Amino acid sequence: MPADLLFELGCEEIPAKMLAKALADLPAAITAKLAAARLQHGTVRVLGTPRRLAVIVKALADRQPDLDEQVVGPPVSAAFAADGTVTKAGQGFAAKNGVDPSSLTKQEVAGKKGLYVVATRHVVGHETRALLPELLRELATGIPWPKSMQWGWSETKFVRPVQWLVALFGGEVVPFEWAGHTAGRASRGHRFLAPGFHDIASADRYVETLRTAHVIVDQDARRTMVRAELDRLARESKLRIRPDEALIDEVIHLGEYPVGVSGGFDASFLQVPEEMIVTAMRTHQRYFAMEDASGKLANRFATMTATIVKDPAVVSKGNEKVLASRLSDAKFFFGEDRKHTFEEWNITLADVVFQAKLGNEARTIGHKIVRLEQTARTLGGDTAAKIATFCKSDLASKAVGEFPELQGVMGKHYARHAKLGDAIADGIEQHWWPKGQGAELPRTDEAAIVALADRMDTIVGCFAVGLEPSGSADPFGLRRAAIGIWQILLDRGWGDRFTPLLAATHAALQAHGVTLKDPDKLDDFFRARLRGIFIDLGIPAQDADAALAQDFRDPIDARARALACAKISKEAREVFKRVANILDDARAKKLEPGTAPDPKLFVAADNVEHRLHAAISDAQKAETAPRATHDYAAVFESLERLRPTVAAFFDKGGVMVMDPDPELRDNRLALLNWFVTPYMSIADFRLLAGAA
Amino acid sequence: MYLQDLIFTLGKFWAEHGCVVEQPVDVSVGAGTFHPATFLRVLGPEPWNAAFAQFCRRPSDGRYGENPNRAGAYYQYQVGLKPSPLNVQDLYLDSLRAIGLDPSAHDIRFVEDDWESPTLGAWGLGWEVWCDGMEVTQFTYFQQAGGIDLLPVTAELTYGVERLAMYLQNVDSMYDVKWDKHVTYGQLRHPWEVEYSTYHFEHLDPAIAFREFDTYEGECNRLLGLNLVLPAYEFCMKSSHAFNTLDARGAISVTERARFIGRVRAMARACAHAYVQSRARLGFPLLPKELGAQAKAAFDAAAEAGVNASALAAARIVVPHAQELPRAG
Repeated sequence: MPADLLFELGCEEIPAKMLAKALADLPAAITAKLAAARLQHGTVRVLGTPRRLAVIVKALADRQPDLDEQVVGPPVSAAFAADGTVTKAGQGFAAKNGVDPSSLTKQEVAGKKGLYVVATRHVVGHETRALLPELLRELATGIPWPKSMQWGWSETKFVRPVQWLVALFGGEVVPFEWAGHTAGRASRGHRFLAPGFHDIASADRYVETLRTAHVIVDQDARRTMVRAELDRLARESKLRIRPDEALIDEVIHLGEYPVGVSGGFDASFLQVPEEMIVTAMRTHQRYFAMEDASGKLANRFATMTATIVKDPAVVSKGNEKVLASRLSDAKFFFGEDRKHTFEEWNITLADVVFQAKLGNEARTIGHKIVRLEQTARTLGGDTAAKIATFCKSDLASKAVGEFPELQGVMGKHYARHAKLGDAIADGIEQHWWPKGQGAELPRTDEAAIVALADRMDTIVGCFAVGLEPSGSADPFGLRRAAIGIWQILLDRGWGDRFTPLLAATHAALQAHGVTLKDPDKLDDFFRARLRGIFIDLGIPAQDADAALAQDFRDPIDARARALACAKISKEAREVFKRVANILDDARAKKLEPGTAPDPKLFVAADNVEHRLHAAISDAQKAETAPRATHDYAAVFESLERLRPTVAAFFDKGGVMVMDPDPELRDNRLALLNWFVTPYMSIADFRLLAGAA
Repeated sequence: MYLQDLIFTLGKFWAEHGCVVEQPVDVSVGAGTFHPATFLRVLGPEPWNAAFAQFCRRPSDGRYGENPNRAGAYYQYQVGLKPSPLNVQDLYLDSLRAIGLDPSAHDIRFVEDDWESPTLGAWGLGWEVWCDGMEVTQFTYFQQAGGIDLLPVTAELTYGVERLAMYLQNVDSMYDVKWDKHVTYGQLRHPWEVEYSTYHFEHLDPAIAFREFDTYEGECNRLLGLNLVLPAYEFCMKSSHAFNTLDARGAISVTERARFIGRVRAMARACAHAYVQSRARLGFPLLPKELGAQAKAAFDAAAEAGVNASALAAARIVVPHAQELPRAG
């Protein structure tokens, strides 16, 4: 009879992020393992806290089904004698597989010549109970922790030392030993609230038994508790919690029993930039920031403890002390930094390596600043150049040393303090934008220019020295940088700026000895990123490919062309594919089609060539205006109107393009080429045909 | 509990649990990990359990005595348990109870903090232990030191003495901590903080410190050539401190910084390798004589494969006898 399986692995505190990943990955890994073991089962549930990982498999079959398995043996010629009797080799093969020689069959086998002997072996399924020890061992050793360790005298590796094992199948203990422990039914309760052993009767009692031992083993239940606690703290303090889902994801894995506590800090710290306070609270202490109804940061915080204490005020006071010290450090850094100038910091950065492979003339952040200045001046003028000069300076500040995620933000504050003006201050901050998918883009032209120059410099520099991304490896974030470039260009409406940006960047790098050797690779890289953006916009992949095959450097135009492809009907796609194919075939035969058909050579019946020529001439005239305004939808609508005439040229008129008379043939090819070329420059129809 | 009683109590607690109570090393170090009782003793197959207070100098953390919680020097109470006992977390929590910190009255947590010392070529996994959000202890399972893989693994507990005392005495600044009935931490330590911050940040002569670094490095290497590992390691500690003072003074550029760290690491690595070899030559004297001889034989037999592999080979000889050896608990 199927029964429930419980496997709990008790451990010293697992890091929150690693726990989250294990909880996310394990269900699929377990399901795959059970499938490989041919064990039927119901739902698989993976639960965990920092001190335990647990798997519950419902209705796990009590044995594998029997299996009839075909085993290929020797060639028939070896297994059977000429008189049809089974040879020694044949008998040996039958015996090895536990079948009667008379049951051997002769079959053709894929990939081999002649007939082979095949035995159908009956494999009796094993009892699940017998399979479980090995299965559980594989499960325990197969979790891919980013870092694992040893402890004591043992050479077993795990994320942290293993402390106990519980393994129950149908309520019975599974005999299983691993990492110096023997599995039993004794789990452990909360470290402080219910220390010691707690026997688990069966899998379906597990969650509840632990709950009474103050362990909320279900991560989703802990999430619900954390949210409820945050709500309570907000209500009690009449403030709002600043939403921070990523922090919630982390704090649910920092304890087995979350309880909220709030506290405050001296209002005088609010003179320190808000970003520093929030970052200090968040990254060092995992505190949630609180704000008033207007969104202004309040001098209070909320945090999750991992236990119930006698007096929450004690815990709150302790946390306040820590924060006071952190904020006092932040204030110290902010004060010290303001004693320095951007120029001083730039001198320090002249020594800081940006990318060692760029060589002695181009490797430091100082070198990069010089290049950005030059590119920004070429493309954007003085303000952009000034932003470029100071955009990296804060990397040398104490505050950014302590809080790297505040790069740019601190630069903004220090630039205000140095009275460099809002354009420079905001530009310094915004040149790092967008900071992630869907994040805000630079708000001014000058900031956008520096953001573009910075990213392009990194990309071209890395490509020039062979550090382009490969497969899933993109250590320098070049793909993200390229996506940022396209987003900014699209957002600013800068269709014509990619080419000058690339040229100016490359010129600045070349001036310092860095040359791009394979520009095609870079083109492919940029084209692929823009394609991804188009697909995210909902443009069909085929349309994106057809448009980008022609040109990608003007992303606005490319986007208009890709979007316009939707206007081309299925029928039209087929007709134009036919035209394109005829021209390709001709080129394959070294008949390069001309572009100027001669009407004197139009001889086909019903004036079908003349009519087509006239229709195309009219269409081309009518399309002049929409083309000038990139209104490709209108161009394709005009093309659609042309379709019946083109179809008639092929179908009813029965014109044979490849006429035996070379003069007629070349003229017809020229007619088609003249017709199709202007449309091909919008989208490559060969990539469009088939689907609509 | 006065700060000095805290140190006494921790010493007594760990002595009762099988530790040798050592004394601080008489050289300037940035952490108890540099103490030969930690850095050298964690190497090789010999069990070793030790506890001691260490005065640690961190020139860059100096705040002219103005930060309630951070200073250019402070005390660590350092415990090394080799091999790490399976109940080491429980022992640690008992030690908190011993100093009067009741875990049921506080929010005690083990929060991920992987430890790495680029200068010592050492790393380990573990946690910072939080008491109501404050880091009061660094808890590390050493995995590698001086580039040598460690078997058995040492659990290193580093208590922040001042922070714990602040808790126990319920004061907001380390300088208000009572050292004993009459003297505060501030009365004892504040002038030092002010003068050393001023010295390190403003008046330290980089030329002298650079020269010292070079001299110490030269001595370290010369002494290693003479198989004088312990004095050689002393010069490694000294150069590391010279580097720390130069770093605080802002005398080392970012590019040079990595190079200096690499130079200290090279010394630490050479000392670690030489130390394991010297212990092997002595027959790993902290093991029972016969077992030590067997471990030495295994070490020598694997010599071709290098010190790391020979140290592992020696340890694997000891593993089956691990239960008979002294251990903390």
